[in-house]
This record gives sequence, structure tokens and C-alpha cells, in this order.
Amino acid sequence: MSNRIDVRKTYKLFIGGAFPRSESGYSYVVDDHKGTFVANAALASRKDARDAVVAARKAFGGWSGRTAYNRAQILYRVAEVMEDRRPQFVQAVQQSEGLSASKADKVVDAAVDRLVWYAGWADKLAQVVGNANPVAGPFFNLSTPEPTGVVAVLAPEESSLLGLVSVIAPVIVSGNTAVVVSSYSRPLPAVNLAEVLATSDLPGGVVNILTGRAATIAPWLASHMDVNAIDLTGIAGDAALAADLEVAAADNLKRVRRAPAAEPDWSEDPGLEPMTSFLEIKTVWHPMGV
Amino acid sequence: MPTTSTPGVGWDLSDVTRSDAALRRFLHGLPGVDQVGAEARAAALGTRSIKTTAKEQALDLAIRMVDLTTLEGQDTPGKVRALASKAMRPDPTDPTCPATAAVCVYPDLVGVAKDTLGDSGVNIAAVATAFPSGRAARDIKLADTRDAVEAGADEIDMVIDRGAFLSGRYLEVFEEIVAVKEACTQGERSAHLKVIFETGELQTYDNVRRASWLAMMAGGHFIKTSTGKVQPAATLPVTMIMLEAVRDYRLATGQMVGVKPAGGIRTAKDAIKYLVMVNEVAGPDWLDPDWFRFGASTLLNDLLMQRTKMRTGRYSGPDYVTLD
Amino acid sequence: MSIFQYAPAPESRAVVDIKESYGLFVNGEFTSGAGTAFKTVNPATEEVLAEVAEADASDVDRAVKAARKAYDKVWGPMPGRERAKYLYRIARIIQERSRELAVLETLDNGKPIKEARDVDVPTVAAHFFYYAGWADKLEHSGYGTTPLGVAGQVIPWNFPLLMLAWKVAPALACGNTVVLKPAETTPLTALLFAEICQQADLPPGVVNILTGAGETGRAIVEHPGVDKVAFTGSTDVGKAIARAVAGTDKKVTLELGGKAANIVFDDAPMDQAVEGIVNGIFFNQGHVCCAGSRLLVQESVADEVLERLKRRMATLRLGDPLDKNTDVGAINSAAQLARIRELSEAGEAEGAERWSAPCELPTSGYWFAPTLFTGVSQAHRIAREEIFGPVLSVLTFRTPSEAVEKANNTPYGLSAGIWTEKGSRILDVAGRLRAGVVWANTFNKFDPTSPFGGYKESGYGREGGRHGLAAYLKGGQA
Repeated sequence: MSNRIDVRKTYKLFIGGAFPRSESGYSYVVDDHKGTFVANAALASRKDARDAVVAARKAFGGWSGRTAYNRAQILYRVAEVMEDRRPQFVQAVQQSEGLSASKADKVVDAAVDRLVWYAGWADKLAQVVGNANPVAGPFFNLSTPEPTGVVAVLAPEESSLLGLVSVIAPVIVSGNTAVVVSSYSRPLPAVNLAEVLATSDLPGGVVNILTGRAATIAPWLASHMDVNAIDLTGIAGDAALAADLEVAAADNLKRVRRAPAAEPDWSEDPGLEPMTSFLEIKTVWHPMGV
Repeated sequence: MPTTSTPGVGWDLSDVTRSDAALRRFLHGLPGVDQVGAEARAAALGTRSIKTTAKEQALDLAIRMVDLTTLEGQDTPGKVRALASKAMRPDPTDPTCPATAAVCVYPDLVGVAKDTLGDSGVNIAAVATAFPSGRAARDIKLADTRDAVEAGADEIDMVIDRGAFLSGRYLEVFEEIVAVKEACTQGERSAHLKVIFETGELQTYDNVRRASWLAMMAGGHFIKTSTGKVQPAATLPVTMIMLEAVRDYRLATGQMVGVKPAGGIRTAKDAIKYLVMVNEVAGPDWLDPDWFRFGASTLLNDLLMQRTKMRTGRYSGPDYVTLD
Repeated sequence: MSIFQYAPAPESRAVVDIKESYGLFVNGEFTSGAGTAFKTVNPATEEVLAEVAEADASDVDRAVKAARKAYDKVWGPMPGRERAKYLYRIARIIQERSRELAVLETLDNGKPIKEARDVDVPTVAAHFFYYAGWADKLEHSGYGTTPLGVAGQVIPWNFPLLMLAWKVAPALACGNTVVLKPAETTPLTALLFAEICQQADLPPGVVNILTGAGETGRAIVEHPGVDKVAFTGSTDVGKAIARAVAGTDKKVTLELGGKAANIVFDDAPMDQAVEGIVNGIFFNQGHVCCAGSRLLVQESVADEVLERLKRRMATLRLGDPLDKNTDVGAINSAAQLARIRELSEAGEAEGAERWSAPCELPTSGYWFAPTLFTGVSQAHRIAREEIFGPVLSVLTFRTPSEAVEKANNTPYGLSAGIWTEKGSRILDVAGRLRAGVVWANTFNKFDPTSPFGGYKESGYGREGGRHGLAAYLKGGQA
């Protein structure tokens, strides 16, 4: 019983639906909230980020081309699988964030419910943010939201599960694909999430998760000309870095979701903004006449 | 005269091919194809459930409709001999298994096929006219055709000039088909002509409908979807459009034209879906190797395995069918 | 078809376990009904499937009280995200038991298994899935977040489970509780749905299923404890309900009959238009409120369209609904068959020319061959009255304006079809048609996100989409 040695997990990146090590060969030490060694996690390099963008771009056509119903079903499935692995996530959150078991439990509850909430948006966004326009002329005119493309996401440092889910789901529900840089000090829930995503019928490349330093990776994503948008939430409070990244993002006019002064209260209703920040509105005109 | 219409009984089609403008007006005056509706109908026909006796008959019919094909740069006489033997006797363990309709090879290997096939009843189809691209001068294409016919081909599978078609030079495409058909008659030998559209390059169903009418009016015996070298090759909806065209052509002129989907048909299940479509769209008269063919290579083995399963009740495996 | 006879391909009945008799589903349990039990029959064979309880006024009272209690104590106070998860559970279980549901629906209703399997049941699951996602987002609905209370819902026999989904899913998503009566000829899938509610651990009283006929329906509609009435059925009964709730505070939505015009212009994509005509009137044996029962074809292409249509109708396969290759199933009841026959005879008597697809009708069960009438004018009964069967009335027109006029010249206004390759004409004509649903170059398309409902005597209110929430929220309708 106590003589048994456990088989420890290797923490790898999640790119294109597969789990590669970093091409750099680097890893870094992850401690739990008490400072005890937990694992060596892969340290993502700029080349990993480059590969992730390629994977995300490749997955975009298929993912955005699916019906909203299908995307809703898949996101709901992610929630199902996460719920099913509840103990693993509770443990990961406790270990990373130092929460009590009951608080960690509530965090996992909220993360699953957040996924379910976003799943239900897939086939309703067009009804809430799209509409016909009553132009002054014999024209049919319709505005509909479309996903912007590949979105780079800097996940929050502190809220390693609820915050993580809350920045990923709104991006992909509308058909975008994501390259996510997880919390540097608390990457393990993200790795577990990657495993859930890999087994939930989510096509490879829709979400890519890089464990590593936002300060190192983010500039490469912010300047990448094949990334359409970037969410800077993960560097909340680092105004200088955020400004630099925004400057880099201007090179191809990425849509930027700016870094807040501090991490938000993730338990609050997110509203529409995390989704609408990554939507384009397309308006089509057509004459009406026999 | 209505805005768009399919020719009805008694329409005089000879006017239509007198000039490029007339031909264009005619082809563009055919009714359009709604993509979503067409694909939905094809998919719905694919839900027909064909079991037991109907399935047995369908499998045998499908085998008899196969043009067993090898069209590779690396083809050798050895490969063609093996293919031809298999076409004559697809299942070495079961003599009741019917032979395929034909083998399909490059023109320079027709002679080898002929030596093996003899008078077995299995036809030799040769691709010609600078297959698969169709990019060569007219006289080269005609020489290619004549060559194949003289070597013993019973059928010629030509490709249309897609460049001419897509740039709207319809009359040129038409005249080329007429010329190739003429070249199919060499002395006493007269080969049947199949006209390949390369539907993957034509892209729209409207184009496929127009190409179908163009080829039929030019005298093609068969219209064929693809070379198998370009994706997508044959699909159920594209074949359905062509079946509708041959159905309407017969209503207008009394003449039957055959249909051959080629490339991408791998399973017996797929083949049966095609047969259902032939049955319900063109009609049972087309359920015959004289009027419907499958251009395929791996399909044959799946048909054989399904046939074996129906006979023995057990699932078969690749060890029990020959590679070629 | 001598070379290729499709051998029988029957779907097995073994997947369904039909009990000998069923009770009412009240407060989370099956209980006996105080009314007179009645039988439900397989219309393809006339075989009795089961005995079903009848809910009398006292049963209705019990059910409404249970629904009220569940609303006050459990469902009303429950946060939307928890209500959502119940509805997601129900959606999933429907997906898991889809084969069973499809077979049961075919046995009880007579529709081809291919339709129950490929259309009805998947759309049912999708409906619950869609509305589950609204339960925690009502502040974005545009209609506020306050439910109405207890909904009394009465549904018809043509799409039994789908009509149940259209009623129950939005009602529950918005926080209401329901008392629902399925049609007396098709109660079985509603009763299986009750089992699914149990499997999902839905709190007792949130959904109550009362079987019965007209009297039971009336009792539900008129019960003072019901805040909201939702009805799908005939226009005559709809009018009676509108009268019955007059002077009360009850909100009502009605989805009634139709006599839709399917308009085919001379530049229609011809083969797809023929499919659309066939689908429009022969799908579900024409038992569809939005059926394209009037073909309005441009005179210049009328002959060609009719020729193609008859040829296509001749390939329709009529027969055993459980056979996977059947296209046209049984008429739902002897009463409905009698009505279809009566109106068809009227059509002939008034001078229209009748043509039916050649097919062999089985000797037992209720059957009617797909039929069309040509030479029909607007004044004929078969051009005005809803037949609710596989009977198409064909009229012609010369210009787009004439088509629109004729299409609108009816007290109904549920749906319409437009077939043309010209986009601007689609939009212009759609803009002028007085119909709640317009299908262009397609027909009979349903989606949970797409609102459905009629103008004029086809009823009021919409089901489906964001607009479908209006029927079940205080901010939704007066």
C-alpha cells in the first residue's frame, strides 16, 4: 500500500490535438502553493507558439464551418467530461491555488457551469447581436456576426481553472480557434483541461495550450501576422508589457482585449463582451424586386 | 418561350449547335440546379436500405458494371495482365461470380490487355486525348484516340478541354468531342465514346448540367464524371445531376446515353447507393452495364467481400481477395 | 422496377416496450385517471397498441395544483443555470433513446420510420438543447426574465413528440411548469417522455402529462389555475379557445391550420422545385399545418412541371411505416381518412381533374394514395379548405403580382414557398406574402432557432428561436 511508487505524469504542451514536448527541450519547475515540487512542465518556446498558430489556422475553416448546434454540443460535451473528472480537477485546483477542498469544489462547479453557459450561446449569438436592418430603400439588409479567426489568449495567472475556462470558451463558441498561454505558476489545471478537450470531440487545433511565460511568448503572438486578435487578460496589472504588446498588435490591426488592472472576479456574469470582442459583423445587401 | 427550360419532346436541337452564341444561350437557358436541394435529394436516396435478395442482386450487378482500372505512370505489361485476369475472374474461389464490364488502361497497354482478355466478353476501355489534363493540340488528341482504337480498344474515355469550357468556348468543346467520336471509327472497328467532364474542376452543378447536354448533343455514348486524378472525383449529387440529364435527353430525343461515375467509390455500400440513384432518378432501363459503369479499382474487392459475406454469413477479410 | 425490387427492410419493434395500459403522469408519478380509459391504435394495421387513461376534471385539477406547487416552491425560484441543466439532461436522454422514440412514434402515428428517425426525433432533441441554453440567459431575450406560471398545453397528432418539444422546452426554460395533453390518437411518445423526465430527475410537478380527448383539453384550457394556454390544432378549436379565455388574464398562443401556396416561377431550379413540391405536400402524408397544399405554378411552365411531378410521384413508396424504404405512411385515423376522402370527392364534383400516384394500398389500416388535382380555381373547396392529407391542388398564375394575390387570398397565413433562381424576386415576393414562414427554394425546413407561426387565422405567437420565448415570459405578450 504505502510501498507502491506512483507513476508520475509528464506535463506537455497541447498543439493540434496532440501532446508534444516543447521543441526547445526546456522545462520549468512547478511547485504547489506550499512550494513543494510537483512536476517539470514544458516551457513553451516561440517556435511552439508558431506551430500552435499554424495548427489553429488549419483548424479554423472546419471549426467555423460547423453548425452552431454542433459547436454547442461539443462545448457541452467538454462540460460533461470535466464534470466526470471532477476529483482530478478539484485536486489540481487545491494544489495550485491552495484552496480548501470545499472552495476548490465550488471553483470546479463554477467552471463546469461556465462551460455550460457558453455552450448555450453558440446558437443564440446571431439572434442577440445580429439583426436585419431597416434601410431606407428596397433592399434586404442583414447583419450577422462571424468569428474573427485565430485568437491568442493569455490566460489569467491566478484563477487557474475558472479564469482559464472563462477566457477560452467565449473565443471558441463562435467559431474562432485559440492559442492559449496558460498561467505560468499554476499550469496544471490547464494541462488537465487539455486532456479533457482532447477527448471531447473538439477537433485538433481549435484550442492549443502552451505552458510557459507570457512575457516570453506573448510578444511573438502579439506580433504574429497570422493572428487576428489577442486577449491580454493574463498580464493583468503589467501595464508596460500590455502597452508593448498592443503596439506590436497594431502591425496587422489585431483586435485587442486589453489587460485589466487586476484579475476580475471570475464568479460574476461575464456578459457578452468576451464573445463580441472576437466577432466581425458582416452586413449583406440584396435588392428586393421582381 | 419560357425563361429557362429543359428541352421537351420534339425540340430541334440542331439549331443550338450552329454557333457558339446559340450554344451558349441554350446551355445557359437550361434550368439551374439548387445546390442545397440537389445534395439533400442525393443524401435522402442514400438512406434507402437494401438488404437480402435485393442486396445480392445489387452486388452482382455492381460487379458487372465495374470498369476495372489502372492508370498509373508505373503501369507495366505485368500489371495489366494481372488486372485483366482479375476482371475475367474476380473471385478465384467462386466461379459464379460474374466478370466485370471492362478494364480501363492507358492506350499503349491496350494490346497487352487484348492478349489476355481475348474473346472473354470483358471490354477494353482506353483513356485518350491527353488524359488526364486534356492539354494538347487537337491533332495529338485525335492521334491518341486512333492509336487506341487500332490497338483494339472497344471504348474510349476522352477528357473534355476544361480550359475551353470554363472560358466559355463551348462550341470548341463540342467540336472536339465530335472529332474524337469520328476518330473512334477506324475501318471496321468502332469504339464507344465516353466523355469525361472532370466535375471536380467544373465545380458547379450548373456547369455539370451544361457539360452533360453539350456532350450528349455531340454524340457521346456515355458521360463520365472524373479522371480519378483530381479531388473531388465522383460524388452522389454530381452523378445525380448527370442521371437527370440523361433522363431528360431521352425524353427530348428518344436516345439513351450512359453514365459513369469514376474515382472515390470505394465501398459496396457506396456502389449500392449509386444503383438506388440510377433506379429512382433515371430509371431501371439504366440498370445495365451497357448504360451504367463504375470507374474503380479498390471497389471490386469490397464488392467481393460483401458478396462472400452474403454467401457464407461471415465477414470476409483482405487475405481472401486478390490484390490484383 | 423488376431488376431492383427493394426487399422489405423493416425496422424492428423489439426496441420498444409498450405496456398494456398507461396512467396519467402527475406530480412525477404515473397514476390512474378517473375518466374512461380509451385505446390507441396503430393506423397502419388497426391493431390496438395500448389502453390509455382519460383525465377528467378532477385529474386536471390535481395536475394543475401539482404544477402550481412545483412552480411556487421549486421551479420558479430555481436559478436559470440549474433549470438549464435539467433541460440538457432531457436532451441527452432523448438522443440516447432516439431509436426507441422513433419506432414508437411510427407505430402510434403511422409516419414512415425514415421521417421519425431522421426528422422528428433529432429535431426534438435539438429543441431541448437550444432552449436549455436560454434558461440562464433570459436577460438577453428582449422579453425580461419573469415567467408566467402554469402553462396548459394541448398538442395535435401530426408530430406528437415534436409538438411536445415545441411546447415544453421553451416553457420550462423560462421557468414555467406545464400540464400537457397529447392528442388522443397519439399519446404514447408523450408517456415515454414522462419516463424520460423521471430519468432526468426532473422535480415532480414541473411536467404533467394528461391523456384524454376534447373534454380533457377543454378542462385544461378553462382551469382557473392555468396562467398560459398554448394550443396547436385546428382553426375551429383555436377560435373556441380564444373565446373561452376572453375576459380572463390568461395569455394565449395558437398555432392553427394553413393552406400554403407553393409558388413555382418559370425560372425555378426545376428538379429541386419538383422535390420541393413533393416534400411540401407528401412529407408526413400531408398532415402538416404548413404543408404546401396549393401549387401555384407559372402558366408557361405548368405542363412541364406537372409532367415531372407525376413522374416523381410515381416513385414514391407507400406502405408499412416501419419499413425503412417507405416514403408515404398511413393516415393517422379513420376519421381523418374520411375527411380526406370527402374533400377529394368534393374536388371532383366541383370539376377539378384528379390524378393519383399508382400504388398498392394495404388491405388493413388507413391509407390514401398521393393525389393531385389540376384545373383548380380559388373558389373550389379544395383550394380553400385545409385537407390535411396527401392531396395537392394545382392552380396557375401569369405574373408575380397575380401569384402573390392568389397566395394571400385565404383566411390562413401560416407558410408559403417560392421557387425561382432570381434573388431579388425571392426577397420581393417574400416581403409581400402574408405568411409567418416563407421558404425559398426549399420547403418544410424546421430548426429550433427559427421562429414558426402564422398570420391571420393560422394563429398568433411564434414557436422557436428567440421570438419563441415571448410566449412564456411576462414581457413577451399582452
